[in-house]
Amino acid sequence: MTPKQKKRMRIVLLVLAGLSVTSLLALNAFRSNLMYFLTPAEIVAGGYPDEGMYRLGGMVVEGSVRRLENGITVEFDLTDYQQTVTVRYTGILPDLFREGQGIIAHGKIDGQLFSAEEVLAKHDESYMAPELAEAMKNVDMNKTSSTNSISEETL
Amino acid sequence: MNVLLKFYHRLGSPREFYKISSALIPWLGWTSLILILLASYLGLVVAPSDYQQGDSYRIIYVHVPSAWLSMFIYVVLAVSAAIGLIWRMKMAYVIMICSAAPGAWFTMVALITGSLWGKPMWGTWWEWDARLTSELLLMFLYIGIIALYNSFDERRVAEKSTAILAIVGVINVPIIHYSVEWWNTLHQGSTVMRADGPAMDVRMLWPLLIMAFGFNLYYGLTLMQRARNQVLVQEARSSWVQSLVTEREQQ
Amino acid sequence: MNFADFFAMGGYAWYVWPSWLLTAFILLWNVIAPQRKHRQLLQQLRTQTKREHLKRARQSNRSQSP
Repeated sequence: MTPKQKKRMRIVLLVLAGLSVTSLLALNAFRSNLMYFLTPAEIVAGGYPDEGMYRLGGMVVEGSVRRLENGITVEFDLTDYQQTVTVRYTGILPDLFREGQGIIAHGKIDGQLFSAEEVLAKHDESYMAPELAEAMKNVDMNKTSSTNSISEETL
Repeated sequence: MNVLLKFYHRLGSPREFYKISSALIPWLGWTSLILILLASYLGLVVAPSDYQQGDSYRIIYVHVPSAWLSMFIYVVLAVSAAIGLIWRMKMAYVIMICSAAPGAWFTMVALITGSLWGKPMWGTWWEWDARLTSELLLMFLYIGIIALYNSFDERRVAEKSTAILAIVGVINVPIIHYSVEWWNTLHQGSTVMRADGPAMDVRMLWPLLIMAFGFNLYYGLTLMQRARNQVLVQEARSSWVQSLVTEREQQ
Repeated sequence: MNFADFFAMGGYAWYVWPSWLLTAFILLWNVIAPQRKHRQLLQQLRTQTKREHLKRARQSNRSQSP
């Protein structure tokens, strides 16, 4: 490399390094603002005014889904295995909504309830055939009966 | 090493590049076609349906290779921009500018197929989570690169300014990749590029990897096609292009 | 194999098939368009070169004639 090329190389690397540091700092500063949803523990801990709209993400507790008398409103418990919040929602649920599934509810805090206007389902990163999933579930049940085997990561 | 260096220098000459790319195009075309067709058959017919998502997950075979390619192409684009700036290599700038359009197309495919997948599974066409937003930003970067390049009359100025924008934008690529780890998102985490290996049934994984490889060769194909056109335009006044077109006529 | 089942995609036909078709269409277009442009470019360069050859020939004729 000629000295001129070396100099240009140094400039390019310097610009890249400076850029990486600034964006890392900026992203870190806005980290909480860029968070797409809150967890039940965060919302229970407080500091979130009732008027605001929030996204609440967690696992639907097994056996907690119940339909109210009007037939279209559902209530279910959402957990991050630290805290649990009851969510109320009226409307169509996505295909993936089921007990034990990670979901995101968008809505308001309404006393002890979280009143959702939209419910989105989240799926995890594992893909397998139904037969295999069934087989694995049986193995899991034989091994442990704890429901805590799903870590927070899968939320 | 000597052979590689020679090849590099040959590629650096527009005339040699035109010859080599013209020879490569049919090979890239047929291999990518065969791989893509094979992966389509394996992905649509042979692979089992998913335990959670049923058959809707088959969108993965077009969505994920496009998304990977949208990032890979950007890296190629930024690296060629840096080579162009540092070594003043003509062909590096050609690779840079000819990668922008395929990159934009693949980003668009990733965004639209993702939307078509999100609607039935998540329950929404679009959400402003970190992954989706950073991929949209990539789309704007590609469009910005194409627009900036075309806004100058002087090609040398256009190449340099575009190269600077391209290098600055490369910071978005790791942000896209790690967005699902750094922030909580609606988008799932990485299935294939995981520290503990892919979290996918092998019958589902193979078609995905073959498709991704086929898409990569396809990018090579469309890049060579575009780059040799660009070479013809840039070298229109040179004697080799003039003898090339008159030779062709005599055949 | 049952074709009706295959096209139904477990009820997700309206999401799976448009995704695949759109991708196929865009991939095809990105090969056809540059190929067509290549042909046009060669054609254009050919006429341009011919015109210049003629011009040069005429100029040399004129300079020889007086």
